[in-house]
Amino acid sequence: MKRALLLLRRRLIGSIPVLLIVIVGTFLLLEAAPGDAVDAYVVSTGGDAGMIEALRQRWGLDQSPMTRLATYLWALLHFDLGHSVTFSRPILDVILERLPNTLLLMGSATALSFGLGSALGIVAGAKPGSFRDRFLSIGSLALYAVPGFWLGLVLTVVFSVQLRWFPISGIETIASGKTGLDRALDIGRHLVLPVAALGFIYLALYLRMMRAGMAEAWRQDFVLAAKARGIARPRIVLRHVARNALLPLVTMLGLQSAQMLGGSVVIETVFSVPGLGRLAQEAVASRDTPLLLGIILVSAVLVILINLIVDILYAFLDPRVGASEAAA
Amino acid sequence: MQDFRISRRGVLAGSALLLASTALPRIAAAQEPKQGGRLIVAADSEPRNLNPAIVASNGVFFVASKVVEPLAEASFDGQDGLEPRLATAWEGSADGLSVTFKLREGVTWHDGKPFTSADVAFSALQVWKPLQNLGRIVFKDLEAVDMPDAHTAVFKFAKPTPFQLIRNALPALTSVVPKHIYEAGDIAENPANNAPVGTGPFKFAEHKPGEYYRLEKNTAYWGEKLPHLDEIVYRVLPDRAAAAGALEAEEIHLAAFSAVPLADLERISKVEGIEVVSKGYEALTYQLVVEINHRRKELADLKVRQAIAHAIDKDFVVKTIFLGYATPATGIVPVNDKQFYTSDVPQYAFDVAKANTLLDEAGYPRADNGSRFALKLLPAPYFNETKQFGDYLRQALAAIGINAELVNNDSAAHQKAVYTDHAFDLAVGPPVFRGDPAISTTILVQSGVPDGVPFSNQGGYKNDELDGIIAKAAETLDADARTALYVDFQKKVAEDLPLINVAEWGFITVARTSVKNVSNNPRWAVSNWADTWIET
Repeated sequence: MKRALLLLRRRLIGSIPVLLIVIVGTFLLLEAAPGDAVDAYVVSTGGDAGMIEALRQRWGLDQSPMTRLATYLWALLHFDLGHSVTFSRPILDVILERLPNTLLLMGSATALSFGLGSALGIVAGAKPGSFRDRFLSIGSLALYAVPGFWLGLVLTVVFSVQLRWFPISGIETIASGKTGLDRALDIGRHLVLPVAALGFIYLALYLRMMRAGMAEAWRQDFVLAAKARGIARPRIVLRHVARNALLPLVTMLGLQSAQMLGGSVVIETVFSVPGLGRLAQEAVASRDTPLLLGIILVSAVLVILINLIVDILYAFLDPRVGASEAAA
Repeated sequence: MQDFRISRRGVLAGSALLLASTALPRIAAAQEPKQGGRLIVAADSEPRNLNPAIVASNGVFFVASKVVEPLAEASFDGQDGLEPRLATAWEGSADGLSVTFKLREGVTWHDGKPFTSADVAFSALQVWKPLQNLGRIVFKDLEAVDMPDAHTAVFKFAKPTPFQLIRNALPALTSVVPKHIYEAGDIAENPANNAPVGTGPFKFAEHKPGEYYRLEKNTAYWGEKLPHLDEIVYRVLPDRAAAAGALEAEEIHLAAFSAVPLADLERISKVEGIEVVSKGYEALTYQLVVEINHRRKELADLKVRQAIAHAIDKDFVVKTIFLGYATPATGIVPVNDKQFYTSDVPQYAFDVAKANTLLDEAGYPRADNGSRFALKLLPAPYFNETKQFGDYLRQALAAIGINAELVNNDSAAHQKAVYTDHAFDLAVGPPVFRGDPAISTTILVQSGVPDGVPFSNQGGYKNDELDGIIAKAAETLDADARTALYVDFQKKVAEDLPLINVAEWGFITVARTSVKNVSNNPRWAVSNWADTWIET
């Protein structure tokens, strides 16, 4: 546990330069995009020159970009993410409100794609080249090629509009007053389709990786030795072949978590889930630079944390890694 | 003008009697409003400021108009197209320097405090005039509001102001907010801007960002036996495909403002229990307009502008892009306007040959590659239809040898490029006609508008004659004389083409047939829904 904390601290401090580059880069990118928050706002309201000028002053947009960047970084140094002009609320509040939804969606989808993907990968990799291997490999690849929003729409048309098994959108029944287990079940029902849409797409990655790793492991000497010792085939498949193939999958899990944050933008929009992805898209559309920077910071910290967990998991799965980390 | 309440009730009672005597009892019973129930509607955006007194826009009204009421609402058959709300009668003085409002008695705010003329005076002087996007123009000469008693407010203007304009502005510009909540502190940062307090049939209950708004019945509402509904829930559905699906899955009852894309309407109109309604947006007419940058030498030439007008097949645009849910425009005032519209203006029929001749005459012959000159075309991204029309216009211009380069931006970038930087030659815009040309229409052609003002003349167009008519109409008190000036205005605009009006459209409401009293006034989606009810 102490080692994990040490590792966490080292990772966080080590990532400060990267975060700084990301913040300044994003700031400049959004600054280069034509139009500012006031332009984005008056599109929906209209208004005369005096009102527009007053808004720019109120929102601090009359200052030069460098002054604003400096102000932002100074506030950040005091752990203040600032104030969102689009929501007229503190940015931290806005983000924390949406974070659980995204984590829930992302976590469940990752669990689905990892769990089902590696299980099917074992099925395929148990006998590389067999019919079921070919079927699963090609089927998963086809799923991987499907665009996320399309899969989402098809799922809603079939399961919400036609069959009415699952709610069409949202994270829970609106203003239902449900609490406790009822509420958890309600959220679960709402999550089925978005999690399926997000999870099925990435399933192929894990499946193919597991299968390839197992195909490789079958040719290793220790497998031959295990066979010679007369160990039962299921045991060889699970304990010897699959476990060795699992390591790269765990690495993939860490990398993939960052990508899922991006993939959730589309799924969150299609299923009207109020999450971080949709918030990021709104922040760009309304040119709310501090909000976007806040989201990027929170996501970056999230990815660092997930990768840390993956590393710990790695050490658990392969004792050699733990030794080298401790030595470093 | 006398109190409408009594006569309206009289009419209602009369028609009920008539119904009872002629119709089958079963039908009469079916029309008896059911009390209670939750109406769930689709919302596609969450405005940052929900105070309709500050932001008079349809996005805000859609939610806030049920909570905060204006002095009067638009009506299909009321006198001057109005129906009383917080004011029961209004009268302009002959010199145009004052307007007297009789206010409704016995009205309370949602927090229980009484509604008085002090609230109206406060709203007018502290909110509409200095802060509201539209009020800053219409109420610019408002000097004071006298309060002879608790239920009379007399607006005093520094310069003669046409009563006709004030009257036409009542539904959209006069949302009354409570003085006791707003008087302390900065009005623009008041928490009530996000949780409005009003006198309307529904109270603001909660907003879960990204999910929904919930309004609750105001049991102390002044309207007798109103509202019928217990709750209205606005469900945030950012994906345009989602609203149609949610309607079919019976998760929502109603989607207004064309939340269901036009292309889906034919299919969804055949679904049992769903109806497509195009009524109820008459006072919110959007106009499809080609904005022209007159700083470009070629476009400063009237013949070139006429050629472009002749190159556009308006009927094709209405049929193909709007799928019939629009009307070809004849000029700058929409055809459905009852007060000002005239059809007696120069028309530019679809005629490619004539357009080509005009361009030859203007001195822009085709080069060897068939092109006369190149233009930058910026369609506004706010609606599917404005983007699609951009694609169409590019092809239409190619047919007359003008090579248009399409530049597609997002909202903020479009706003900056067209209205601040003037980095366009042609743009496609959707301005709104709000019942009176002086509210948001004359600004489209008037000169001297500062840079950065959206939906205004940013094309550098200057026509002294038009500016003169606009200035004269602004101080002409007699309604007939003022209307005559605007008829002249429409003619001059059509002659000189500072911009090209292509089509006009209202929006489409798609609702479950169980929702009753849908679209029963010309601003229905942004009115108070007190009489809306659900059949169970």
